[in-house]
Amino acid sequence: MKKSKFTGYAKWGYIFCIPFFLAYAIFQLYPTLYTIVIGFTDLKGVATTDFHFLKNPFENYAFIIGNSLFRKAFGNTVKMWVCNFIPQLSLALLLTAWFTDRRFKIKGEGFFKVVFYMPNIITAATVAILFSSLFGFPMGPMNDLLTRLGFLQEPYNFLVKKTASQNIVIFIQTWMWYGYTMIILISGVLGISTEIFEAAEVDGANGWQTFWLITIPNIKTILLFTLVTSLIGGLNMFDIPQLFVFGGGPDNATMTTNIFIYNQAFKGSYQYNKASAASMIMFVIIVVLSAILFYMLRDKDEAALERIKKQEARNRKIREKEEKQRAVNG
Amino acid sequence: MSIGAKAKAGSNGTSPQAVANKGKENVGLKVIIYIVCIILAILSIMPFVIMIVNSTRSTNEIQAHAVSLIPSKYFFNNLKILVSKSFDPKVGFLNSLIVSVGSTALAIYFSTLTAYGIVIYDWRFKHAAFRFIMAVMMIPAQLTSIGFYQMVYKIHMTNHLSMLILPAIANSSMVFFMRQYMVGALPFELVQAARIDGAGEFFIFNKIALPIMKPAIATQAIFAYVGSWNNLFTPMILLTDQKKYTLPIMVSLLRGDIYRTEFGSIYLGLTMTALPLIIVYLILSKYIIAGVALGSVKG
Repeated sequence: MKKSKFTGYAKWGYIFCIPFFLAYAIFQLYPTLYTIVIGFTDLKGVATTDFHFLKNPFENYAFIIGNSLFRKAFGNTVKMWVCNFIPQLSLALLLTAWFTDRRFKIKGEGFFKVVFYMPNIITAATVAILFSSLFGFPMGPMNDLLTRLGFLQEPYNFLVKKTASQNIVIFIQTWMWYGYTMIILISGVLGISTEIFEAAEVDGANGWQTFWLITIPNIKTILLFTLVTSLIGGLNMFDIPQLFVFGGGPDNATMTTNIFIYNQAFKGSYQYNKASAASMIMFVIIVVLSAILFYMLRDKDEAALERIKKQEARNRKIREKEEKQRAVNG
Repeated sequence: MSIGAKAKAGSNGTSPQAVANKGKENVGLKVIIYIVCIILAILSIMPFVIMIVNSTRSTNEIQAHAVSLIPSKYFFNNLKILVSKSFDPKVGFLNSLIVSVGSTALAIYFSTLTAYGIVIYDWRFKHAAFRFIMAVMMIPAQLTSIGFYQMVYKIHMTNHLSMLILPAIANSSMVFFMRQYMVGALPFELVQAARIDGAGEFFIFNKIALPIMKPAIATQAIFAYVGSWNNLFTPMILLTDQKKYTLPIMVSLLRGDIYRTEFGSIYLGLTMTALPLIIVYLILSKYIIAGVALGSVKG
């Protein structure tokens, strides 16, 4: 309806959207294409910008895929994400179940939310160095605490042990993100119609049943959203492992793909070409994952649109009926 | 609604005894809930408390007992050592402030403008444009950083803060959020009425649409600001001049060899970067928590 009346204003749509697309082209699209190109060239060395295409265009890709350190970094990244996401989601779900259950009426819910979310707002660089200080050897606060309480006979050097440093990175990630996930899940649960919960209560469903049979199915979309965004963030893990222990940690135990890319491109022999190939491999993985999210969100939008259309059609029918009736009565 | 009605129709009611038992169970469970929540709260707060207290203690005190809740009197001593080396909080703050304020302002204005262009006007590619914005929303900038670095290097703009600010004009996830909010908040009739009164299109956007978008702008501004303030990766590859360092890079210097044994100064440096954020967070926490929740519903 609006369309026919206001076609004269169409040019303003273009004008208002041009800055975005111009900036996108310069700062995102061009760098993306440039990264793809560099991946097929011999571009390396500090302060180099000239390059030649390789005879075998996939040489860099072959190098990266065959590189044991990249594979290890990829394995670490996935492992550290999985091991942080499972406890993070479990904890968030548990807290969500408790905070949204009307039978408990937890006091100080607002306070707990604020405190649980706080680590997320602090600069990750600061958090990483804070934790490396807390786990310092021989007299970091953690060692001080554990020896004083008798858990440890003598100070333990966490930062040079493979498993310990990896687990601490996982812990920091969980610690930073469970509050965020919890708030999102709570808002999802609050969006569910209260009548469903009332009905379940009347039916005598216990908390466990209500949670699994009503809450979880109703926040499926939000759970999927959390999963995909967390996965994309997790595959880009950089700040915490980079600054918690330098250079990928003991025996590269905390080396992630992004640290690998950073080290390839901006350290040592400045191998921009190989780093680009590694970036593009990760890029493809993430594009596939975001495509999943894209379709998920689009479906939701279209479903909503269809509902509105149906509602409108119904309203129109009702109106027509009323008018007919009025005509008959009149 | 229909599910609720059906479930209600099928219910038989609960016996009073079951209700009484449930009451007792709830008390036990409630105690567990409070214990878990308090432990988690302590876990969230303790690292920062240790950090702040230790920033006032001398290295010797920290080495003797690294955990203490009693502040000492070495704050200024630590400060002297901290700033005598490469860590310069003033420069870091100023650069971070320039980058964060600049990029937040640009992101807010142009994202709202783009959303307005998509919502209010009917032009041929508006649906395609919106689909495109949704499609590129999740692509992380870190993965195209090598092309970005090479581009910036070629035009001799590394060490220019503008290269950290200008890309904010194209913030696709913010456009998405603004669009979702605008569809519900900005009535088309209002725009039409303003046109009839003879208002120009930019005038309508600046004087009518922007004020209506205030709640969405406030939420998005907080997150854009925090995101920019905390960003480490892009500044790290672009900035090599210490005078241009943003706060997160400044912080990463604390991890270096020069501060190896100066524990008090390291904690002080960390406190200087974390405490302002904590204070601002506690003041704005109501809006921030609401903003996180809103983002999930809208997104």
